[in-house]
Amino acid sequence: MDCDICGKKAKVHLTQLVGGQIKKIALCDDCAKEKGVTDPTGFALAEMLLGKTPGKPVVTAQQAVAAQVGGGGSGVGRRCPGCGFTLDDLRRIRRFGCATCYVTFKEEVNAMLRGMHKGTKHCGKVPAGLMELHERTQRLEELRGRLDQAITSENYEEAAGLRDEIRQIEIRATGTPKTSESP
Amino acid sequence: MMRFTTLIKNPADWMTGEGADNTIVLTSRIRLARNLRGESFPGWAKKEQRRRTLEILRPAVEALPCMKDAFSQELDDLNSVQKQVLVERHLISREHAARGEGSAAVIERRQSIALMLNEEDHLRMQAIRPGMSLRAAYDSLAAVDEELEQSLEIAFDHELGYLTTCPTNLGTGLRASAMLHLPALVLSDQIGQVLQAVNKIGLAVRGLYGEGTESLGNLFQISNQSTLGESEETILRRLERVIAQVATHERNARDKLLEDDPEMVSDKIGRAYGVLRHAWIIDSKEALNHLSLLRLGGDLGFLPNETVKSCDALLMDIQPAHLQLHSGRKLSPEERDSIRAEIVRTRLQTLQAPDIRSTRKKDEDDQNPEML
Repeated sequence: MDCDICGKKAKVHLTQLVGGQIKKIALCDDCAKEKGVTDPTGFALAEMLLGKTPGKPVVTAQQAVAAQVGGGGSGVGRRCPGCGFTLDDLRRIRRFGCATCYVTFKEEVNAMLRGMHKGTKHCGKVPAGLMELHERTQRLEELRGRLDQAITSENYEEAAGLRDEIRQIEIRATGTPKTSESP
Repeated sequence: MMRFTTLIKNPADWMTGEGADNTIVLTSRIRLARNLRGESFPGWAKKEQRRRTLEILRPAVEALPCMKDAFSQELDDLNSVQKQVLVERHLISREHAARGEGSAAVIERRQSIALMLNEEDHLRMQAIRPGMSLRAAYDSLAAVDEELEQSLEIAFDHELGYLTTCPTNLGTGLRASAMLHLPALVLSDQIGQVLQAVNKIGLAVRGLYGEGTESLGNLFQISNQSTLGESEETILRRLERVIAQVATHERNARDKLLEDDPEMVSDKIGRAYGVLRHAWIIDSKEALNHLSLLRLGGDLGFLPNETVKSCDALLMDIQPAHLQLHSGRKLSPEERDSIRAEIVRTRLQTLQAPDIRSTRKKDEDDQNPEML
């Protein structure tokens, strides 16, 4: 699709509701910047382009992505260890390269998510297998922390109890205890 | 494995409203986006990586109980008309049809569950049902999802939920939508207000055909936009409530039109009937708009109730790729318009002219068979 203003290749697609009608507008990067579309709160695009009184502007999720990612920041050279995706790639395609990207570009993710969804924390279903793994990993982390503390404070009786508990969880999970955990 | 021609031969139940009331809400659709942990997302993956992902996904998907004897094809092995037919049936997305190597579609025999492999995400799963049945569609897809989790390592983060290529799908990865036929709201100029209200609570509304401002055939799709921060249950409940409200508005608008301006309604339906029965050249836009009114006539008692079903089948069959599949060859736009008119005429051959008089007399009972 081409930019509605200058005819160059459009990068930003915007949907607005104007007087009950849905208006779709396509803009190239330059025109989008010039018209201030990259500021998701401060524009009335339909009014500007179509000469009508707009309703409340509706920012599409994609638009929010465009705005947040285009909005500058540092660390241009950063690269995802999972897939080689860079921050430049993110700015260009506004999508991610792999699951690890969400860790690599955590800061950018958080910025992008502002205002995109109803919330920023998942409240839905969890894969059955991962739920167990997730809970187990957390429990083991906690027990190992306490074990370290017990050893440091020479509380050997408690340490032995904790060690047994850790072993049991590991046996239940894999069938064998990790040898590194043995004294 | 099921062949393409076998898959396409019959319309799915959800296309003709079999076993459900689909007069206003035609279909309910659920989509879930899922990805594999440790594999690049399809749009970023190199060709070999896409291949490898497909080799992991495909056996798992084909082993699903619902996919017994299913249709399963790599998109590269389908020609452009076949791909377009699947798009017109909403079984794959336009984006998916455009992807080549390493992408595949696995479609259940009754076309009610369709999985796209290596679309924008590794897995895009869809369930469609006739009428208002988002819940049933969700339940059937959730079962598929849980089945696949047994054999696949799905990318998931306890904070962000299911990880997707585009952050607009994070969290539940759930897009629920319904297709609504709203001719009376359009005829009575109330559609703007209604859509604005729907939009205001964060739901998206778009026309079924075309990206433009107008909706062809008075068909609209309502869907959730937000996928993160709410449970599947909350998302579905809100959509169900809003869709039911819009459907009630449409029902009231139909009753009111009939009461206030029966002459206008009769004229619209009569003209639609005349054109569809006697046109020799008709483009899709004109056909869709007249079929929409004929469909309304079927519901209001001007035409037999089965007219609704005939219209639904035609909505699918008059689309460009379906016409080319029907003719067995590529068609120029002009040829399509003649063949489209021919199919419509043939299907409506036995349809009697709208019964205007009896609808004028009719009381509350919309579907009294004696009046038809």
